[in-house]
Amino acid sequence: MSCCGTNPGFEEIDEVSRLVSGRLAAFLRTLRDNGFRIGLAEGRDAAALMAEGYAARPGLLRSAFKHLFSARKSDWEKFDGLFDAFWLGKRVRSRSRTMASGQAANSPSLKTLQNGMPEPSASRSTTDQVPSSDDVPEGRSGEGRMEGASRAENLAEIDFRKLADPDQVAQAHEAAAQLAKVMRTRLTRRDLARRRGYRLDLRRTIHRNINHGGVPISLVKRQRKDKPLRLIVLLDASGSMGMYPSVFLRFIHGVLDEFREAEAFLFHTRLAYVSDAMKEKDAGRALDRLSIMAQGAGGGTRIGESLQTFNRWHAARVIHSRSCVMIVSDGYETGDAALLGREMAGLARRCRRIVWLNPMMAWEGYAPEAAGIKAALPHVDLYAPANTLQSLRALEPYLAKL
Amino acid sequence: MKGREEIAQALAASGYIADAELATAISLMQLLRRPLLLEGEAGVGKTEVAKALAQAHSTELIRLQCYEGLDQSAALYEWNYQRQLLAIQAHHGEDADAVEDRIFSEKYLLERPLLAAIRREQAPVLLIDEIDRADDEFEAFLLELLSDFQVSIPELGTVSAVTIPHVVLTSNGTRELSDALRRRCLYHYVDYPDVDRETRIILARIANASPSLSLQIARMVQEIRKEDLRKVPGVAETLDWAAALVGLDIRDLNDAPETVHETLICLLKTHEDRARFTPEVTQRLLGKVA
Repeated sequence: MSCCGTNPGFEEIDEVSRLVSGRLAAFLRTLRDNGFRIGLAEGRDAAALMAEGYAARPGLLRSAFKHLFSARKSDWEKFDGLFDAFWLGKRVRSRSRTMASGQAANSPSLKTLQNGMPEPSASRSTTDQVPSSDDVPEGRSGEGRMEGASRAENLAEIDFRKLADPDQVAQAHEAAAQLAKVMRTRLTRRDLARRRGYRLDLRRTIHRNINHGGVPISLVKRQRKDKPLRLIVLLDASGSMGMYPSVFLRFIHGVLDEFREAEAFLFHTRLAYVSDAMKEKDAGRALDRLSIMAQGAGGGTRIGESLQTFNRWHAARVIHSRSCVMIVSDGYETGDAALLGREMAGLARRCRRIVWLNPMMAWEGYAPEAAGIKAALPHVDLYAPANTLQSLRALEPYLAKL
Repeated sequence: MKGREEIAQALAASGYIADAELATAISLMQLLRRPLLLEGEAGVGKTEVAKALAQAHSTELIRLQCYEGLDQSAALYEWNYQRQLLAIQAHHGEDADAVEDRIFSEKYLLERPLLAAIRREQAPVLLIDEIDRADDEFEAFLLELLSDFQVSIPELGTVSAVTIPHVVLTSNGTRELSDALRRRCLYHYVDYPDVDRETRIILARIANASPSLSLQIARMVQEIRKEDLRKVPGVAETLDWAAALVGLDIRDLNDAPETVHETLICLLKTHEDRARFTPEVTQRLLGKVA
């Protein structure tokens, strides 16, 4: 840039361009904070556009930047507001990230989730309250592995809601994460072992046999590529589920982390797409982000409406021919049970299997009497209890068969 | 083609009514030399954009329809093995090197869409349709091609692009695309057109459609899209319906509510949706439109 130092107005121009590029960099930062994925090349192109004369016409610039920076529909819809807020100084309704942490603390449902789920940060706070527990884990591990193993064995059979001791809860979470991992590796291995070519690929056979002068000696088969199983989890996080969601969240976190293809949704009165938040490696931070997304919990569960939202907006994208939808809920529907039945039928048409996990099922004297579960059951392929780690583990052979 | 107005006009001349934003996108596509990724529901006219663009540039449209299992030999190039074999047998006894040179020459190369697109004298429009149906692996391969615009064929050497094609990708959102591909492309979300634009589309596409009828049809379709349907009708369905009504010599929708109701089969493509639309529902919507 210093090559044209003789130009008298140069310093001034340089100053202006520095201001502009500084402003642009700040805008890019704002976009990145709002979840846009923007690389260096986009920044360079944006600068080129501004130099091209787009900067003089804000409306045009906005439209141009929108195409350049957006990468998906949610970006597309969010962009105009962000642009106006940044360049034109209008107020924008929500800046998702920054406001999020403040709201998280006020969300009632999420508090219960957080209380139930000892994340690194949360467990630190418990240790603050109970000073003696600080050195307990060390002492435990010192006692030897044998005890640990038998403890885990016990843990497998304890109903999640009876887990009271925070330490036990922590172990249950650990076990759930571990289980998710084990399930995933087994599933994929079976997937590979089953592949076998079944049709002759004529073109490739001729190609392969050119060096035999065209006599087809070695045959090439066509293999059908198996799609890996995709798991879609819909988790009921309403009040009636009590302690269960927290353990399942950990399980889902493990599943999303380990499965190549998995998606997760959370519902109570509304449906929230939580895969992105759950893909955070650190379980504690994943939960923090989750609390942002599941605002507005409180009265009741509208399973039917949540499923309707799912069918209408998400199903086409997340469900393919080898998908299994796993609904974790107690089936206490406060909305319209008939709607739930209709939406379940719609869902059943789309996906290969529906598994409904009901933690209450193992309770003594429980019968699927609730109107919601009655309407849903005809469309469910597997209805199973999921109140202990053992019952979660029992699912694996079923999923592997899909 | 530089300015947005000219682009919009050129597209209109080839039968595609673009909104201002799409025109911007296309002008950017030329300015920045980036591919354009079009997303949107089925039937909103994503593929039509590429067709109209090719016509506006008066250049060739090369189309690659993606599907599951699409691989390099179907997308990029393949040797014509049968001919190679024949050549080997026909020139039996010839020097091995000479045979090799012969059978690995242009003559025996089968050009597939991607290779064809970079070897044209005049830059064509390359339409990569429904990229979300292809596998992840293919997407990664495509990404490489789109950044370098060169292909290496082991037997022939590297083929560099003669001209850089105008690349349009479309996606229905049946699979999440990779961030890398999204970042590489300009993004435009194609929505259902508003009443005004849909009216103009009908007028442009259906001969003999009167402006008043077109407006009524566009409004009616707009109302139908608001209903809770399993399959929301796209622009293509609107055009079908308009053609049907014009063919049946309807001048005004309110004149023949029965015919309107019966011809709704052009728009409603599932049994459930059809069952939902009782004559009363049609009547109610007609009332809103008139």
